Amino acid sequence: MSGIAIDRGRRALLKNGALLVGFSLLPAIARAELNAMGLPALVDARLPGSLKNTPLLDAWIQVAPDGKVTVCSGKVELGTGVRTALTQIAVEQLELQPGAIHFIGGDTARTPNEGFTAGSHTIADSGTALLHASAQVAALLRAGAAAQWRVDAGAVRLDAGNVVGPNGRRMHYGAALKGLDAAGLHRIASATSPLRAPGAYRTIGTSVPRVDIPAKVCGGAAYVQDLRLPGMLHARVVRPPRLGATLMSVDTAAVARLPGVRKVVHDGNYLAVLASDEWRAILAMRALTDAARWTGGTPLPAPGAIHATLQALPAQDIVILQRGAPGAAGAARGPAVHARYTKQYVLHGSIGPSCAVGQLVDGTLTVWTHTQGVYPLRAALAELAGMPIDRVRCIHTEGSGCYGQNGADDVAADAALLACAMPGVPVRVQLMRDQENLWEPYAPAMVTTVRAALDGNGRIAQWDYDVWSGSHNERPGNAGKLVPAWLRARPILPSPSLPMPQPEGGGDRNALPLYDIPNARVVNHFLPVTPLRTSAMRSLGAHLNVTAIESTIDQLAALAHADPVQFRLDHLRTSPRAQAVVARAAAMFGWRAGAATRARRGRGFGFGQYKNLMAYVAIAVDVLYDPDRNTVRILNVVCAADCGQVVNPDGARNQLEGAIIQSASWTLQEQLQYGAGGIASSDWSSYPILRFPGVPDRIEVALLDQPGLPFLGVAEAAQGPMAAALANALAQATGVRRCALPLLPAH
Amino acid sequence: MTIPLTVNGRQHAVAADPGTPLLYVLRNDLQLNGAKFGCGLGQCGACTVIVDDKPVFSCLAPVGALTGRAIRTVESLGSAAQPGPLQAAFIAHQAAQCGYCIAGMLMRAQALLERNPHPTETEIRRHMEPNLCRCGTHHRILAAIGAVAKQGQP
Amino acid sequence: MRRLASRRTLRLAGAAALAVAALTGALYWWTRAAPIAPLASLPPAPSSTALAAGARIVALGDCMVCHSAKEGAPYAGGLGLVTPFGTIYSTNITPDPATGIGRWSLPAFKRALREGASRDGHLLYPAFPYIHYTRMTDADIALAYGYLMTRTPVQVRQPENDLPLPLKMRPMLAFWNALYLRPGPAPAPAAETLETPAARGRYLVDTLGHCASCHSGLNLIGGERHPPFQGGTIDGWHAPALTRLAQEPNPWTRDELAAYLRGGLSPAHGAAKGPMRPVTERLASVPRADVEAIASYLMTIQAPAAAAAPAPPPAAPNSIAQGAALFGAACAGCHAASAPMMALAGRPALARSSALTGATATNFVQTVLGGIPWEHGSAVYMPPFAATLDDQQVAALAAYLRHGAGQPAWPDVPTTSATLRKELQP
Repeated sequence: MSGIAIDRGRRALLKNGALLVGFSLLPAIARAELNAMGLPALVDARLPGSLKNTPLLDAWIQVAPDGKVTVCSGKVELGTGVRTALTQIAVEQLELQPGAIHFIGGDTARTPNEGFTAGSHTIADSGTALLHASAQVAALLRAGAAAQWRVDAGAVRLDAGNVVGPNGRRMHYGAALKGLDAAGLHRIASATSPLRAPGAYRTIGTSVPRVDIPAKVCGGAAYVQDLRLPGMLHARVVRPPRLGATLMSVDTAAVARLPGVRKVVHDGNYLAVLASDEWRAILAMRALTDAARWTGGTPLPAPGAIHATLQALPAQDIVILQRGAPGAAGAARGPAVHARYTKQYVLHGSIGPSCAVGQLVDGTLTVWTHTQGVYPLRAALAELAGMPIDRVRCIHTEGSGCYGQNGADDVAADAALLACAMPGVPVRVQLMRDQENLWEPYAPAMVTTVRAALDGNGRIAQWDYDVWSGSHNERPGNAGKLVPAWLRARPILPSPSLPMPQPEGGGDRNALPLYDIPNARVVNHFLPVTPLRTSAMRSLGAHLNVTAIESTIDQLAALAHADPVQFRLDHLRTSPRAQAVVARAAAMFGWRAGAATRARRGRGFGFGQYKNLMAYVAIAVDVLYDPDRNTVRILNVVCAADCGQVVNPDGARNQLEGAIIQSASWTLQEQLQYGAGGIASSDWSSYPILRFPGVPDRIEVALLDQPGLPFLGVAEAAQGPMAAALANALAQATGVRRCALPLLPAH
Repeated sequence: MTIPLTVNGRQHAVAADPGTPLLYVLRNDLQLNGAKFGCGLGQCGACTVIVDDKPVFSCLAPVGALTGRAIRTVESLGSAAQPGPLQAAFIAHQAAQCGYCIAGMLMRAQALLERNPHPTETEIRRHMEPNLCRCGTHHRILAAIGAVAKQGQP
Repeated sequence: MRRLASRRTLRLAGAAALAVAALTGALYWWTRAAPIAPLASLPPAPSSTALAAGARIVALGDCMVCHSAKEGAPYAGGLGLVTPFGTIYSTNITPDPATGIGRWSLPAFKRALREGASRDGHLLYPAFPYIHYTRMTDADIALAYGYLMTRTPVQVRQPENDLPLPLKMRPMLAFWNALYLRPGPAPAPAAETLETPAARGRYLVDTLGHCASCHSGLNLIGGERHPPFQGGTIDGWHAPALTRLAQEPNPWTRDELAAYLRGGLSPAHGAAKGPMRPVTERLASVPRADVEAIASYLMTIQAPAAAAAPAPPPAAPNSIAQGAALFGAACAGCHAASAPMMALAGRPALARSSALTGATATNFVQTVLGGIPWEHGSAVYMPPFAATLDDQQVAALAAYLRHGAGQPAWPDVPTTSATLRKELQP
């Protein structure tokens, strides 16, 4: 059926409880957006950025009586540098140094609810809110001081924590507040703000060094793993050997007697041990593992047949594009391309397995967690622990890079349960490497098919595209999305999986080509139930969709006897910014039409605008293929990116370089190992990723800054174009077009 | 049991079983944040420290085996207020994204520079192979190490 | 009196040296290889069938193993082979005209394999196992040639060999060849034995596989000892006696041997390590029947069971306890029975590994000190412990594990560890 069935959606969403008062009155797009991004209800759509959900100014910026400024954001630092970028935005118009403010990200007791830090929304949503809130707060501070000095507000200015008036009078920001009415900064934001002109920016647009790097480089406490609370116990869990296995017997008494063990928890299939010392917790975990006898388990499909398996599953067929007269393929006048592209399950592979700390004190549960969404998580933990939502507090504390939903929410649930089992005592739970690998929700395996044809003039005439994918969003809201909830004697089931609607999309993210194509049809076959647990991973469906689209573009260009770069430019005439990045990358590469090919050497191009809404990225690569070792050496990567007004150029380049290397690893070699015995990729030897010898020889990133234009999310924008460029380069280097990712699997 | 350990030039008497891996003693008994748990299997290098001038996976080094040996962690290279040359290079190159792997990278690199003050890029890449970075910060890490290699003062 | 004798001895020694020199010179004159004319251009590429057949021969012969350095291009040489006589660097056998074999005709290539002589006539060091390759059939040599001449040409000149001066004089090799080289293809076996796996396996083992080069000891001048396959040393590793595989404490069967050779990982014995690892990587690409043939043949050369040797004294109990504590921290994360590598990946218990059950501690110590490095495409990896454990701690681990495997303690592990440690790469 086409479209999203409203009843199904409402049923699922009602299960998520308290967040959704008045929910059913919202339009479908907003509702699905809420589901996808965990956002609270819209309050005023005219307000910019996340102010539309959290309109009070002092939710974002607080000025203490002594003048100290605190900036609050609902978005959290995942290692991408947004803490610094958001700080830059906030201090720009407050005339402060980045180090002069106290920044709080993601605390359900302190910060706005901005849903999940995901989808490359942070700078656009939170950054825009802070840009406007800081401008309005700055105006209020000027007004407050001016009122006290009885001068015109235009005669005063802000300067590094002080308001400066005529005749050199000054007062700090806290004193300036006294000139406002009793509400102070506790007032609803206006729809418009007195914004500084981008040409006058002093902080935004500069490569301010990241505020968190020095501590990370010098051994400072920086991660949830570094949290040490007085009396804290160390916990380890024992997960079943595979999903669906049942615990038949376990002698917990013997484990409870081991040195240092304070408690063994056994609830159905849920096992955990708490100890006073971390190594003793690990030894007790090993003993508990040995003592447990399991039976059964959900069988997994054969990896070799996974794509056929997926295409045969029940699907919701959602037409996301119908333009002109597609599918009149029989009437196609020109050469055609027909291909099927596939991708295997990919592991997030966070370097630091997930960790959380929980403490239950006087009926209030606090969990320190590196979740991407403290508010949705809080709702899920409240449901899991059977507590009122306002007695649960989630405080975001950094973990290692997550690249989407990893084990963070699951281990937060472990910490919540174990903290409730030891009231008063802080409990730190650390997942082991195999537990992180075997239980995290993977990037879904996907299938796409494409049929495209040229007209008689070498232009694309027809485009028919289908994509099959399981869920890219299994984040909590509902406790049933959390692994510990499945394992207890009384399990909580997950709410049904929902597709993520366009224009953002899930498996169909970037399934709509940006190119000028008169007749096109794109269908998203959403698979609500698939064999492995999956969820969001950096760029979602865009990784495969952009690869498929860009590979097809190259093939169509060849059929049209056109240069691949020129062919793209010719079909992007309605998007000058897209053309600009394509031209820039080609220039950086030295891409010349009709350049001679050399044996085993290939060049490839890839372009995408993330979600067709966010950053534009074009990448060209140069590779050398080694037929004896069946490996590829990436000699050169150039990348041109347009992410609107750049906040921190070096930060944006850092993200793009990282995305390029990460995407190269996924695309060339990564696939989850599994089989009849269950998931096999328990460690790095059974799931190898790119190491130093394999990273490209050279990477160059150029940013096309657009001062004053809206911020466009950039952190996920290079995954697809890099994969596509590699696929196209390898096709030239080997003479064979590979349509299955990973391109060069190890064995 | 108390185990005598020399960490960053200071003597400690640690109350731990001799079979405890050094990583947990560093983090929990000595409250040093640098060395991190990444896999506990010697595959990722997030726990890398230096023992007697050689890089070692602290997740697999039993403390009972380390008496009388000089253990150094990233904290020995400098502090945020006064970073050492390698740390300063990492900061200058902004050679971190999530940063979780970085302390291990620093110790691995430090051991190389002490043995070979002017390694080539190929030598650096080969030496750093045991350490994983999932965020893709490799080029900045190589650039930071290379900057110190050019100066020749680890 | 003594002075007279010493002068006479001197004169005798001098005469002997002259005689050897003269003999060698004569031998070299008699056997020297004339230069063969270089090709003007590369030969035409063989058919795809011949190419695939050539790939198989080259994989069975392990050419890429010695003729590639770890970061170098395949077949471009540069691997330093550490021999008791010094280090020999493998040559560039890519079809590069200037620095490789790009100008070699098939007769020149054949002569190198049959007689150990280069195209220009200089003799090759027997680190290149031409005494085995000499027995290849003409057809196999031609297939190998066709395949190698289509590899990626790489222009690189590898380092000079690091040998003492007398050994740099290649004509001396004529003397060595006279002793050890029996040139020419293996006599054609009787038609009815051609079809048995063991007969095919014998050909593969004796010629292409040149297993005796490592698995037999070498005498003082580098000749292989006879009878072959009684065990040897290569790169500091012990190459076990292939005639006693069925008698090891964890005996090998034909199928286990085939699985080990073909995949580098035996579910019954563990992973291929050290110099055998690249051999198993090459054998992963040849037809299964070849590997089964090799395994079948090796099973036919097993010696009868020998009388048990007297048991050495058992290990000291506190050594075992110390080893147990070390194991728990350093090894159990992978090697404990319930560890994921064991429980999920089905790796065999350490007690089944030939490195642990072997007669000497050599391979165990090599593995512990050096680990098993990352190889693209392989799931086998082990971190090195040379910087973590000293020699006494390695010995304690050995005592604990030998005890657990029901094996008597090895003598003097600390000395073995100290010796092998010196040869590790930094």
